[in-house]
Amino acid sequence: MNDVLLTCKNIEVSFDGFKAVDGVDLELRRGEVHFLIGPNGAGKTTLVDAITGLAKYTGSVTKDGEELRGKKIPHIARKGIGRTFQTATVFENLTVAQNLDIAAGAGRSPWSLLRRRKHLPQQVLETMERIGLADHAGTDAGILAHGQKQWLEIGMLLVGDADVLLLDEPIAGMGHEERETTGKLLHDIAADRAVAVVEHDMDFMRANASRVTVLHAGAVLAAGSVDEVSTDAKVQEVYLGTSNAAPSETAPSKGAPSKDMETADARVA
Amino acid sequence: MSAVSKFFQSKFGIWSGFAGAAVALFGIMPLLLSGFRLGLFAQFLCYAIVAVGIGLAWGRGGMLTLGQGVYFGMGAYLMAMHLKMADAEFRNGPGAVPDFMELAGIRSLPAYWAPFASPVFTIAAILILPTAFAVLLGLAVFKRRVKGAYFAILSQALAGAFAILLIGQQSLGGFNGISRFQYFFGYTINDPVNQQMLYFIVAAVLLAVVALSLQLRRSRYGELLVAVRDSEERVRFLGYDSANIKVVAYAVAALLASIAGALFVPVVGIISPASIGIVPSIMFILGVAIGGRASLLGPVIGALAVAWAQTTLSEQFPSAWTYAQGLLFIVVIALLPGGIASIPALAKRFRFKNNAEAVEATA
Repeated sequence: MNDVLLTCKNIEVSFDGFKAVDGVDLELRRGEVHFLIGPNGAGKTTLVDAITGLAKYTGSVTKDGEELRGKKIPHIARKGIGRTFQTATVFENLTVAQNLDIAAGAGRSPWSLLRRRKHLPQQVLETMERIGLADHAGTDAGILAHGQKQWLEIGMLLVGDADVLLLDEPIAGMGHEERETTGKLLHDIAADRAVAVVEHDMDFMRANASRVTVLHAGAVLAAGSVDEVSTDAKVQEVYLGTSNAAPSETAPSKGAPSKDMETADARVA
Repeated sequence: MSAVSKFFQSKFGIWSGFAGAAVALFGIMPLLLSGFRLGLFAQFLCYAIVAVGIGLAWGRGGMLTLGQGVYFGMGAYLMAMHLKMADAEFRNGPGAVPDFMELAGIRSLPAYWAPFASPVFTIAAILILPTAFAVLLGLAVFKRRVKGAYFAILSQALAGAFAILLIGQQSLGGFNGISRFQYFFGYTINDPVNQQMLYFIVAAVLLAVVALSLQLRRSRYGELLVAVRDSEERVRFLGYDSANIKVVAYAVAALLASIAGALFVPVVGIISPASIGIVPSIMFILGVAIGGRASLLGPVIGALAVAWAQTTLSEQFPSAWTYAQGLLFIVVIALLPGGIASIPALAKRFRFKNNAEAVEATA
């Protein structure tokens, strides 16, 4: 399956004359985990903001033939484009089940909203299983472990029937095991969806990307498979450091951006 | 969860809670209090009705409505207009000018007063006008994503402006407001039996309002409202228009304030700009904050406690109340952010901690 679910053409976002995103084309396909990488300030999150309706842009974003530029945030969300935030944003005073039930209910009628929930929708139960929180249905989301919150937020997009998922640093601050679980979860959910991941962690990218787009200074520097991108001379120059320094063996430090990322930042600065 | 709170969340517990409240309000209070004191208590219950609405909009929805006096005032003035029309009609026949207008030199009835001769129109206006105003204002404000302190300031400014507007309206009694009502839908207001009946009406409305609030809290809408309070952006990115969700809670709060204002007028016998401006609006908020804004009964308890404290203290130490009020507010915000309603949970945690320490010490 390789059908394109989301098409972005020539996206430009500028803040007071500064072009944060400068003419980016992007296609997200069903069945792929598509990584968006690039140094800090490359425009990755801004691009996600533009697609989801938070940032104003010129260019075009289409899904199922509908132009989404200028549409409101809730409208875009209901078109099946879900996003997460850099810091996991869940409803801390509500339980896991309540979080997911709300996420599943964007289309509910006012009448059904005014009544009590009789039982959890089937998709909520299935999703709790899928994100490994089935035993925490009644737990307040605020006291979940850091990684569990990230999974819950992803689960909220799943129950909302989003088929384009834009995940902003989903493994930030996660331990080794949690990263692996998350990687598996991403591939699992990408089976019938398009998943885009904004990420700093190079090892995680190498292990999980079906496709990579490298952004630099708001523009696409390179795009393709992990191998294609890592052998690209321009990418090596601005981003990966020296050509043979792809240190996939070095253990990723918990929570902190990986080493090559820091050197890249230094270069950009 | 303790056995007690579990009990009060069960169906049986809720019904027995309401039954207990009904026995207290309808059976015990009329025995304990009489005449003037019962009327005073009815007045406090009116404040409690406003507080239930604020608990919903502020406690659950995060909208700091510093201007509930506007809606309270709308309900109160609408009711006062009807009572005055009815009194004038009783004295001088249909279309007669209310007494305070005669004193102010207004010879003919202003056109906008005329429909308020009808009790049905008046009640419909009390229910619809403030709510509709709140919906329009809410849409204008929340769609533009005005929130937090900006919303609070805006709502408070509105209360101030409304009071000033009323002071300038001679046909609404101006600074002195409207008072000296004789009849309430055909019943003599000053008759002690009717006074008690008024108290029963207010008490019944309060119970109904608490039941409404309970249903809204337990519904999916109630969960959604808390979600909007805690993370509005997340709700929007899930496909909800969060402004609509807030407007509903804001409008319900306005409706409750309006009903409370309408009941306040026959109970107290006067409505003036001084009862609906910025200071009374802050008093409403104060009670809710002290009682515990996010809980079901906190706002009711807080509103009653503050009104009672104000009456008692200002009877004995007229000048001290203002200071006591400020102190109370600071103490609650600093030491007891969950309000009075959070004391049981805090006490439990404290006991638990002490027990744990005791166990550690013996180990």
